[in-house]
Amino acid sequence: MKKRFNPKTSQKIAFTILLLSALVTIIPVVVIIIVVIKNGISAISWEFLTSMPKNGMRAGGIFPAIVGTFYLTIGATIFSLPLGVLAAIYLSEYAKENRFTRILNLGIVNLAGVPSIVYGLFGLSLFVIYMKLGVSILSGCLTLAIMELPSIITATKTALNSVPKQFREVSLSLGATKWQTIRYAVLPYALPGIITGTVLSNARKTGETAPILFTVAAFYLPRLPSSVFDQTMALPYHLYVISTQIPGIEKNITYGTALVLIIFTLSLNLVGIIIRTRLRKQKKW
Amino acid sequence: MVNNTKITVKNFNAWFDENQVVKSLNMEVFSNEILGIIGPANSGKTTFLRTLNRLNDIEDKFRMDGEIFLDNQNVYKDIDVNLLRKRIGVIFALPISLPMSIYDNISFGPRRHGIKKGLDEIVENSLKSAYLWDEVKDRLNESALNLSGGQQQRLCIARTLAVEPEVILFDEPCSGLDPISTAKVEDAMDKLKQKYTIILVTNNVKQAARVSDRTAFFLMGELVEIDTTEKIFTVPSDKRTENYVSGRFG
Ligand SMILES: Nc1ncnc2c1ncn2[C@@H]1O[C@H](COP(=O)(O)OP(=O)(O)O)[C@@H](O)[C@H]1O
Ligand SMILES: [Mg+2]
Repeated sequence: MKKRFNPKTSQKIAFTILLLSALVTIIPVVVIIIVVIKNGISAISWEFLTSMPKNGMRAGGIFPAIVGTFYLTIGATIFSLPLGVLAAIYLSEYAKENRFTRILNLGIVNLAGVPSIVYGLFGLSLFVIYMKLGVSILSGCLTLAIMELPSIITATKTALNSVPKQFREVSLSLGATKWQTIRYAVLPYALPGIITGTVLSNARKTGETAPILFTVAAFYLPRLPSSVFDQTMALPYHLYVISTQIPGIEKNITYGTALVLIIFTLSLNLVGIIIRTRLRKQKKW
Repeated sequence: MVNNTKITVKNFNAWFDENQVVKSLNMEVFSNEILGIIGPANSGKTTFLRTLNRLNDIEDKFRMDGEIFLDNQNVYKDIDVNLLRKRIGVIFALPISLPMSIYDNISFGPRRHGIKKGLDEIVENSLKSAYLWDEVKDRLNESALNLSGGQQQRLCIARTLAVEPEVILFDEPCSGLDPISTAKVEDAMDKLKQKYTIILVTNNVKQAARVSDRTAFFLMGELVEIDTTEKIFTVPSDKRTENYVSGRFG
């Protein structure tokens, strides 16, 4: 048999290709962040972050959009986390393997693949129109929550499965019921995975424009929302508006807004990662 | 000595999928005895133990027929499964401490059964019965994972005792332990016999000879022989038993 390369050479080639692939994947991220920072940093000031937009959004700050996005993130999680976790517990701990659960699981997988604009239209027809919640924070949160469900369910199922089977056996063999076993011997140890999974995926979804477009986002509302039935401005939609609908706006305002949005999502990610590393260190089994 | 029957097994068969792992088993376990079960790996010893307190219920592939009685109650029909598992405790080969404090490990069972008062006392008594109290009394709130293997195994015993079982199943409880820890666990078992009925599956023939009153020999899913330990180790009636206990097996 004839060797084409000696092992050392092919090892080097493989290493180089792998390294280049890794570099290529991070280049866009780095470039985006650099461009956004370079063009936007001059807009960032205490005033920009904490005051109302003025002069048809060409001046002033983006405070209501920041607050709106914050409310939407929290509000959506309030709905999606409990629902997703309970559904995942049912699916992975209680449901028998049969046609019904296969359909359910298939549905969840497909839910994850639905384009976000479709969620937006769904939210519009169900929450805004049919349930008469109007274009409101509530409708927006519910729409985002549904969009967040598949990843929360998947994260929870993975986290539940990674708890050693022996913990369940110990608990059951002491006479604990199945629910007690889940509640006291499984969930506490799945929680880190559930929380990080949720934070990471929700951070991403909060940056989406489509789901909030018809359900909550206000084009221009220079005040803070007064109730869950109120509309609100939100960072992703505001960014879309000022970069397409407002002629003659200063470039650094647009990029400054983008920078705030990126920092918002990245810091949520960071929180998720910190929680995960902390809890991983504690976990010893 | 009058032998009160604690557990009766009638015509018990068990399968994992198509693989029959226990074959028409008939036997009795007496109150307050230590019944040793010996036999080579994959003889169905663990499967048998895990059926007694219905832990195999959680295995999808598991299937069984026949009947098992605890004090004349059919464990699959007459007793609530959670109550059954409280009455029949099990100690696994590898000590599994839950990742929580020593105190919380011991009180895990009682708490699930609704006990809120007197937990301190339960924890202390259980640890004393498992011969662990003196070693851990000053650090009950430390994580159980910091204990040595032998200590963790005694912690598991204490945790089982805390729910006041009637029968305790030991599945090769010393297989991962050094001789000194093994001796401590054996001591604990010997004392426990006065209050509890014990079934001890062991891969160590000498351990069965040391601690059990009667011994059963399992081979490839069948009960070859069950008799007093003395007889099994001196004049077994089956040639295969003799070969196994004398180490001339295979
Ligand atoms: N959860 C399981 N799934 C499938 N087969 C199993 C399972 N547990 C045990 N078995 C099979 O059952 C047989 C008996 O195993 P076991 O009861 O553990 O024997 P022992 O404890 O005597 O070594 C083995 O062939 C083993 O492979
Ligand atoms: Mg075994």
